[in-house]
Amino acid sequence: MTIADQVTGSTIAGPADAKSAGTRPRAAAPAITLPAIGERELRLDLFRGLALWLIFIDHLPTSLLTWFTIRNYGFSDATEIFIFISGYTAAFVYGRAMLESGVVIATARILRRVWQIYVAHVFLFTIFLAEISYVATSFENPLYTEEMGIMDFLKQPDVTIVQALLLRFRPVNMDVLPLYIVLMLALPLILWSMKWKPDVTLGLSVVLYAVTWEYDLYFSAYPNGFWAFNPLAWQLLFVFGAWCALGGARRMSRILASPVTMWISIAYLVAAFYVTMTWYVPQLSHLMPKRLEQWMYPIDKTDLDVLRFTHFLALAALTVRFLPRDWPGLSSPWLRPLILCGQHSLEIFCLGVFLAFAGHFVLAEVSGGPVMHALISLSGILIMWAVAWVISWYKRVADKSGSKTKSAIGSADMAGGG
Amino acid sequence: MKAKVLLSLILLCGGFAAPPARADAAAPAVPVAPAACELPPYLLATESQLHKVADAVKAGKPLEILVIGSRSTTIPASEDSSYPARMQAILKEKLPPSEAVHVSVEIQSKKTAEEAATTFVKLMEAKRPTLVIWQTGTVDAIRAIDPDEFRGALTEGVAALQNAGADVILMNLQYSPRTETMISAPPYLDNMRVVAQEHDVPLFDRFAIMRQWNDQGQFDLFSPSRGPELAKQVHDCLGRALAQFVIDAAHLGPVQPQN
Repeated sequence: MTIADQVTGSTIAGPADAKSAGTRPRAAAPAITLPAIGERELRLDLFRGLALWLIFIDHLPTSLLTWFTIRNYGFSDATEIFIFISGYTAAFVYGRAMLESGVVIATARILRRVWQIYVAHVFLFTIFLAEISYVATSFENPLYTEEMGIMDFLKQPDVTIVQALLLRFRPVNMDVLPLYIVLMLALPLILWSMKWKPDVTLGLSVVLYAVTWEYDLYFSAYPNGFWAFNPLAWQLLFVFGAWCALGGARRMSRILASPVTMWISIAYLVAAFYVTMTWYVPQLSHLMPKRLEQWMYPIDKTDLDVLRFTHFLALAALTVRFLPRDWPGLSSPWLRPLILCGQHSLEIFCLGVFLAFAGHFVLAEVSGGPVMHALISLSGILIMWAVAWVISWYKRVADKSGSKTKSAIGSADMAGGG
Repeated sequence: MKAKVLLSLILLCGGFAAPPARADAAAPAVPVAPAACELPPYLLATESQLHKVADAVKAGKPLEILVIGSRSTTIPASEDSSYPARMQAILKEKLPPSEAVHVSVEIQSKKTAEEAATTFVKLMEAKRPTLVIWQTGTVDAIRAIDPDEFRGALTEGVAALQNAGADVILMNLQYSPRTETMISAPPYLDNMRVVAQEHDVPLFDRFAIMRQWNDQGQFDLFSPSRGPELAKQVHDCLGRALAQFVIDAAHLGPVQPQN
């Protein structure tokens, strides 16, 4: 495993020029000199990998490790990172395809990707069904007769399964992939519009976000309620990611480099940290102005509250400033597991959801306790790393027999992945 | 997601905040409770008060308590061991012998908070309780009712109960580790906490209490046992905790820890 291999997984240039590791040669690769396309970087993989690990830990029951996830220290959490980076990489990969091969080809490839994500979602749903059916048949503690009402949907599997296929019935912790599917479905339109005028597209996205808030638009769910992540609101992050990938980041570089931005971001993050602390230390809440509380709460995750969005922006601004693209740490072996996971995010995301299910199952069937809990979290992360490595190996070695163009398309697909 | 951490943290930090006097107050009051029922005092601490209960007891009037609940209010086929019955027994032990305590139970099986709340006006006219313990949230969580709608229904329900002249205690969901991956409790727990605060109503945190028992190993709530023993023990402890909670919130204890 060298850094060159990771580059192979993520760039469009393919294995040939990846041998010459580093960012310079990649910029010189002919494919990337297309206008309006920034170069893909390992920082994205690093943070997407991190987001995947955090999402996995957040899906397990609360434990000591949960304290290391960023949602405890501010408004936004791993989901924001995941969606933003997904928008960025998807625009990077398919935007280039759109410029090179035209709208139809790019759309076709995006749809194939959507299909893959959809199949992954259905696969996870199957595992969920197995788990819930097991609990329904083996667990008859009279203390919990009421909670077993959750099994009622098993009485109508016809309706439930069809609703699940329509993405309207989504069990707990299975909300991210449907959101991602809808966002990817909109991607051809987003890219087509970005090709025309990126700033107008971003503006339209902001308008849609505002309209969603103003008129309370939502996607309905089965049997009732709505989607836990409203795509009409979350598209803002996705489109913003795409906008950054297609040159927005470069144009913003002066703003990002200014000390004013830095200090505003720091001030905002500190303020958010303080507010978060008042949730955990009730004594502090006396120091919070009532007026501010009324204005601020609830901080809505479903509709991507502005406070969450700005919190993410502040985090991103500081990250970009203090973690330069050519930061030597990116090639450190310690970060390699994260980068590897980030490069195969759809697979690793699904694996994470599955491992969270499995973790719950082990905690229930074998034993609970903090030691077991820590063990599950740790082995979950190790498994994610190992599987990411195996997938890389497939791409690098097992699939190498294909022609060069074919493998280039394949790796582009992976890079665009969720 | 935030709500879940938030809740656990509030509870965690409550440990530092809880007045130490409370522990002393609980100890000498009653015949010894089973060790399994032990709870850190902060889980039973509340700043809201039950004025009407206090007045009724001071005036020597009978204490009429109505528990509005759902299927988890009872144990199938062992109603006498369910927490409302246990609470009545403990209250009778702890309150002056002259005090008449009567607990009645209104089970609203498979009803959401909104559906239950529509029945409150009639129910209150019929029963005229001093104190209503409204246990809710499970059905809403199972059906994934919009948390905002849930909060609206809670607000309406609590207002209806208060307007009818009763003190109110809100009781939240059971901690059910087996179904944790299937039922998303945090939004409902969080909203119940908010509504309780807004209306200055004590919240009996059944979820945190049962989780404490499970985490400390007092009860194994993962147990797949079909027998009623575990349910009986848990309900006994819940009844005791609830009785203590009522006494504390109405400031009826032998020592008054509040300032």
